[in-house]
Amino acid sequence: MINFQNVSKQYKHSDPALSDVTFKINPKEFVSIVGRSGAGKSTLVKLLIAEEKPSKGRVIFGHYDVGKMKSTELPKLRRHIGVVFQDFRLLPTKSAYENIAFALEVAGRKHNEIDDLVCEVLDLVGLSGKGENFPNELSGGEKQRIAIARAMVNRPDVIVADEPTGNLDPMNTLEVVNLLTQINELGTTVILATHNQEVVNQLSKRVIVLENGRIVRDEEGGRYSLT
Amino acid sequence: MATALYRLIKYGFQTFWRQRLLTVATMVVILLALLVFQGLIISGVVGTTALNAIQDKIDISVYFKLNTPEDEILRIKRELEGAEEVKAVEYVSRDDAYERFQARHSDDETITQALEELEENPLSASLNIKAKNPEEYASVASFLESIVSDELVENITYNQNQAVIDRLGAIIRVSRQVGVLIAVFLTVVAVLVSFNTILLGIYSNRDEIAIMRLVGASNLYIRGPFVVMGIIYGVITSLLSVLLTVPIIFLSSPYVGLFIPEMDLAGYYMDHLLALISYQLAFGVGVGIISSFIAIRRYLKT
Repeated sequence: MINFQNVSKQYKHSDPALSDVTFKINPKEFVSIVGRSGAGKSTLVKLLIAEEKPSKGRVIFGHYDVGKMKSTELPKLRRHIGVVFQDFRLLPTKSAYENIAFALEVAGRKHNEIDDLVCEVLDLVGLSGKGENFPNELSGGEKQRIAIARAMVNRPDVIVADEPTGNLDPMNTLEVVNLLTQINELGTTVILATHNQEVVNQLSKRVIVLENGRIVRDEEGGRYSLT
Repeated sequence: MATALYRLIKYGFQTFWRQRLLTVATMVVILLALLVFQGLIISGVVGTTALNAIQDKIDISVYFKLNTPEDEILRIKRELEGAEEVKAVEYVSRDDAYERFQARHSDDETITQALEELEENPLSASLNIKAKNPEEYASVASFLESIVSDELVENITYNQNQAVIDRLGAIIRVSRQVGVLIAVFLTVVAVLVSFNTILLGIYSNRDEIAIMRLVGASNLYIRGPFVVMGIIYGVITSLLSVLLTVPIIFLSSPYVGLFIPEMDLAGYYMDHLLALISYQLAFGVGVGIISSFIAIRRYLKT
């Protein structure tokens, strides 16, 4: 489903962020992409969601050649990918409910359908009573759960989470990781970019380790250690 | 499509209301720009009326000798009316001149008595000539001299007032040109200031625009609410601008009338209220829509 073919990314005036990266991710997989800060995890996520274009190689998502897509075609791609970030990226002028509903509204869903789906995912992330709250009225963990709810509400093919637990305490980290696991069990591919060893080791899923922009390990049920 | 339109309008109103501080700041700037714009339109009308009034007071009069036949004067009148530079020619017969003189001096007994003692009307018949352009009086005067024989003419006033007429003509021309330049300059300033304010407002929303892109919103969904907000800015500020101007117009109208009797400012304003609102709507909404389009363009690339 996702295929990185000899992908390199070079930003101006710096070392390569990614060098000749090749891997495949199959539907319904849970893959952790790990590495220290600056290893290239976020660049990899940005290439997948077309926030950046590869300098070399191809990024294939389903039938899309992501690196070659025009800016006007990107909304279609992004409706297939739910994204969760460390800084939550919720719309500050919209309530929790509206933030989730927005993803459905831009996809052209009908009003009744939207109401049902939003209530359903709010329930799933355990925030049924917080729909009317604005992001500045929510805790970090709650914001991240709303971000996950928004990412999954469109039933995307894949959810990409870039350091989703970076700003959270251990309790909220656990809740977020459990949520991602649950989403994966429901059939959605999950890509988790993180440098949190505990999270990765607890998951026991496929781990791709990046170092200085290169893949140094890719193993099923892998572990992540800093040595 | 109807659902999408409904959602865009909803987002527009929602953002307008929820970002109240930004909204008010932006609207204040647009309102000031509109007041300048409206002030330019009104001062343009007042200025033009004043200049036309002055222009209307300039004319050339030809006084004919007492024995000049009326037919001859009417022939000259017709010829003058055929000239391209001439706007109007008024014939004042000897009797008309006498009546006007009497009426003008009805309060002055000495003059009334002196007139009664005269057996014959001492006043000349005359033609009052107005040119289309105040700077054409010189050529009207020379045309006049070419068609009227000196034996018939008592006096041509242009020859006495030439310097004043020429200077007034030049002042009127320069005033109009300067007026247009100032109007263009201030309009450009008003448009640019409004543009920049909206651009800054959208710049402060750049993170939200990036989030909308990531969630899969198409350009329509991102631009739409800002365009709707631009329209709301335009509608509210143009109505506010008119509401603020109405009392000022009614208060100042009598004073303007003192200086320019031909100008009924309040009457003009009320007669042209719809047009003035439309101009301001076009200005406000136009600036709102165009600046939203330009500002968001750069954030829609990734």
